[in-house]
Amino acid sequence: MTLSLSAAGLTKIYDGRAVLDGLDFAFQRGKVHAVIGPNGSGKSTLLRLLSLLDPPTRGTVLFLDGEEPAPADISVRRRMAFVFQRPSLFNTTVLKNVEAGLAIRGRPKRERNDVALDALRRVEMEKMADRNGRTLSGGESQRVALARALAVEPEILFLDEPTANLDPHSVRIIGKAIEKLRDGGRTTILLVTHNMFLAQRLADRVVFLFEGRIVEEGEAAAVIERPRDERTWRFLTGELAG
Amino acid sequence: MQEMTSSLVRAFELLLSLDPVLYGIIFLSLQVSGLAVIAAAALGVPAGAGLALVRFPGREAAVSLLNTFMGLPPVVVGLVVYLILSRSGPMGFLGLLYSPTAMVAAQTILAFPIVAALTHAGIASVDPIVKDAIRSLGATTSQAARLVVIEARYAILAAVIAGYGRAAAEVGAVLMVGGNVEGYTRVMTTAIALETSRGDFELALALGIVLLFLSLVVNLALRAVQKRGALVR
Repeated sequence: MTLSLSAAGLTKIYDGRAVLDGLDFAFQRGKVHAVIGPNGSGKSTLLRLLSLLDPPTRGTVLFLDGEEPAPADISVRRRMAFVFQRPSLFNTTVLKNVEAGLAIRGRPKRERNDVALDALRRVEMEKMADRNGRTLSGGESQRVALARALAVEPEILFLDEPTANLDPHSVRIIGKAIEKLRDGGRTTILLVTHNMFLAQRLADRVVFLFEGRIVEEGEAAAVIERPRDERTWRFLTGELAG
Repeated sequence: MQEMTSSLVRAFELLLSLDPVLYGIIFLSLQVSGLAVIAAAALGVPAGAGLALVRFPGREAAVSLLNTFMGLPPVVVGLVVYLILSRSGPMGFLGLLYSPTAMVAAQTILAFPIVAALTHAGIASVDPIVKDAIRSLGATTSQAARLVVIEARYAILAAVIAGYGRAAAEVGAVLMVGGNVEGYTRVMTTAIALETSRGDFELALALGIVLLFLSLVVNLALRAVQKRGALVR
């Protein structure tokens, strides 16, 4: 049974300001959730808290393994993966970058190599396996970062604006890889994006975050095309400032 | 000017004639500084890494102290090592004063803060997003520490090379604790100082050329390492 994820009263306070304010939400297992909202609405913070990178000020992140609660520790962290907005590759070859998560999990060398090459093929980067990760373009780096995440076969995948400022070719390849993962139905994906076309194309659900709270949530097409809340509508039409 | 030119010519002649005194001094210098930098790296890299990776009370003060010690005056180090190793000092029974071992100790003390402080700076400056990526991949605390150190490997290598540069160019401390004994503790820097005071410039210049050449090699290595470490994104 795959892992499921929910937030209970999740609050994060930075410098006296609540970036996330008592957020309660259960993400649907195996679905793609696009998290949208203006800048500063708490999207990236939400991802960092849910992925256990940062601790909440208050509230909890709950994991269920089937129906059983799973402790929020390293074993759960190893069932998730994260792709950051900025390039986050290590100063080594592309192949070793993608093997990193597998090496951490103690997988044998030969197996690591095969899995990493397969992950690189999914983002059309296998020909650059021997290049240093730091010499790649922004789009190439992000594709390798996605391959590194895919290689560990995460049950929950966090994508923090993975296609921001990228060339259309890389956006297409990343979109395709996420689509394939979604169709597999085994990975819960949380995708923070400002790209509404991408959100509509990839997401099953859309969560609209505003001032640290979920204002609206629902089926992707419904939220994007027929938002119920006035703030969602104003955000989608570009009238709501962050 | 003419004397300087003829001294320079004779210096090159000395170098090319493989003069045993000259090469004995060069070999001892490389040995002393080499051993000192190995000791400074063995102590300084873990110390710098620990300061960068482990949070403990007084950490900031320790970093400030280390940074201050980067500018340790060699004569002060020489004096302290002298007092410790002198017959009436706490380690006088070892009989190490005026020996190459005493010179290694003095140079290690001088190179250690440089290696440790630069290792600390190198590890501390690893991009936070790379550290996040390591954690997000499910690394344990010790795995994450290892990976961050690997990520900073070029900065650490640069720290060790800088430590070698400091040790090899040093004169005051080794003069005080080594005694500049011919054929035993005379190294390039102390020989240059002595020969210059004697007015014998050929040997001094020949050694100066070798020191300059070594300095060039060290700097080229440093540049190459730093360039590799700072590969553009």
